[in-house]
Amino acid sequence: MLLPWFAGSYALSVATLILYFAYTGQAWNVMMGFAGQLSLGHALYVGVGGYAAGALFYHYGIGPWAGLWLAILLCVALGLAIGFLAFRFGISGVYFALLTIAFAEFTRIGFDHLDWLGGPGGMFLKVAQRDSIDLLNFRGPPAMYYYSMLFLTVIAFVLCALLLRSRAGYYWQAIRENEEAAQALGINTFRWKMLAVAISSAMTAVSGVFFAFYYNNLFPEQIFHISRSIEIILGPIIGGIGTLFGPILGAVVLTLLSDGITEGLAAMGWEIPGIKQVFYGLVLLAVIMFLPNGIWPPLARRLGFHK
Amino acid sequence: MNLLIVENLSKSFRGLKAVSDASFTIPDGSINALIGPNGAGKTTIFNMVAGVFPPDVGKIKFMAKEIQGLRPDQVCAAGIGRTFQNVKPFAGLSVLDNVIVGSLLRSKNSSDSRRYALEILEKLQLGPKRDLPASSLTLPDRKRLEVARALATRPRLLLLDEVMAGLRPTECDQMVEMFRDLNKTDGLTILLIEHVMRAVMALAQHIGVLHHGEVIARGTPEEIVRDPAVLECYLGEETEV
Repeated sequence: MLLPWFAGSYALSVATLILYFAYTGQAWNVMMGFAGQLSLGHALYVGVGGYAAGALFYHYGIGPWAGLWLAILLCVALGLAIGFLAFRFGISGVYFALLTIAFAEFTRIGFDHLDWLGGPGGMFLKVAQRDSIDLLNFRGPPAMYYYSMLFLTVIAFVLCALLLRSRAGYYWQAIRENEEAAQALGINTFRWKMLAVAISSAMTAVSGVFFAFYYNNLFPEQIFHISRSIEIILGPIIGGIGTLFGPILGAVVLTLLSDGITEGLAAMGWEIPGIKQVFYGLVLLAVIMFLPNGIWPPLARRLGFHK
Repeated sequence: MNLLIVENLSKSFRGLKAVSDASFTIPDGSINALIGPNGAGKTTIFNMVAGVFPPDVGKIKFMAKEIQGLRPDQVCAAGIGRTFQNVKPFAGLSVLDNVIVGSLLRSKNSSDSRRYALEILEKLQLGPKRDLPASSLTLPDRKRLEVARALATRPRLLLLDEVMAGLRPTECDQMVEMFRDLNKTDGLTILLIEHVMRAVMALAQHIGVLHHGEVIARGTPEEIVRDPAVLECYLGEETEV
């Protein structure tokens, strides 16, 4: 809570990044962790959300509070379209994952050709002075972004905790564990899967809006790229899929690790291209080998929590 | 009054007739068995009633409403619960949560459904195991959980697909006792598919015999065991073992 008062700007940006991944991972976790629907294209919602709010601001000077709703609306519509195609025609498992990648990829290619949004050259939002807070246009010092991300992460956590305990949570988990058995117990699996997609895409749309106004530049090549989608899902996977603390823990571990490796290598004077990725990959490999359910479940047991 | 009426049901899979022109009725409050050799079409009939796939021809009436072609969740909501021959527990969830998923169907809130789920677990002697993950249960317990989950949806008619298979005789007798009790105290109507004749004879008041997709005999257990057609196609083989 008090981090901005004593942390340097570098630490604050790392903390903001951690929260960003914690929040977005939580959003992805609703679909995969709760309802068992593997999305490998969540960058789609970050991108569309970011571009929607960004474009309104860039072209018409309309602030993100209005843009947010457009972002959510578009992302939910996209998510439901993908969900409808998949769930209506029985596409599941890896084929569903492929469909999500396909949507993200052709949206990326489509945005490359949308000159109105800057095309491959990117869209740049006007950066105002950074030391005064302009909440209306979501412009301000780094601490403002940090606090808004912290707020979002807390909200997402509470929302997910409530969802898990509700009818939706039970039904999603039943669908995740065995869809046929879930249906035989009177669950309209199509409807509940669509709800999971809608909530997840809506939450991720908010990440996109934050991304746009935090970084102020959007490139289709970057924001929709599959490596972005992978980045989003690594946190919850490492932390513990389907758990509430997993996405947060995973985001902390991965972001610190990534930055730690960069710093460490720089300190040792090693400047071999790609070595950071190798280190990163090795650590991920180790975590997956020794903690196949992620870090949180065994940690929770040691701390004496039930779940 | 007949709770379930099956009229002239037929189903083919790629030209292979799995069920042909099958008709039978199930009186309210009765226990019924559908028997027959492997491949006779028992599970196919079962799946059509449960909404897994629609019949090619024929009608299925439940509580005087036609239900053929409905989805499994709609069939369940109409009041028909089912178990699976190959048990399908929600392995990652606790035993209690498994049953809560079922009881939510007709509960207003989660505390309501939790209470009802606990009641059912007690009835099926799974109470002490309620906090264990379903994946840790033994086969007899998994079969019991399968029944508990189906019961939690508060069905009028319960479809049991070989719940006795793989159970030891004493476990089988316990299950029989439990179903009798459910039938007597709750007025639950039961239709079971079963290979274990010990259970069928002990439980069923009415038996239908399927052979090559056709109903070749219907009657009480006593009538069935004396029916020459049945003896030839089914029980005859069984006695040689």
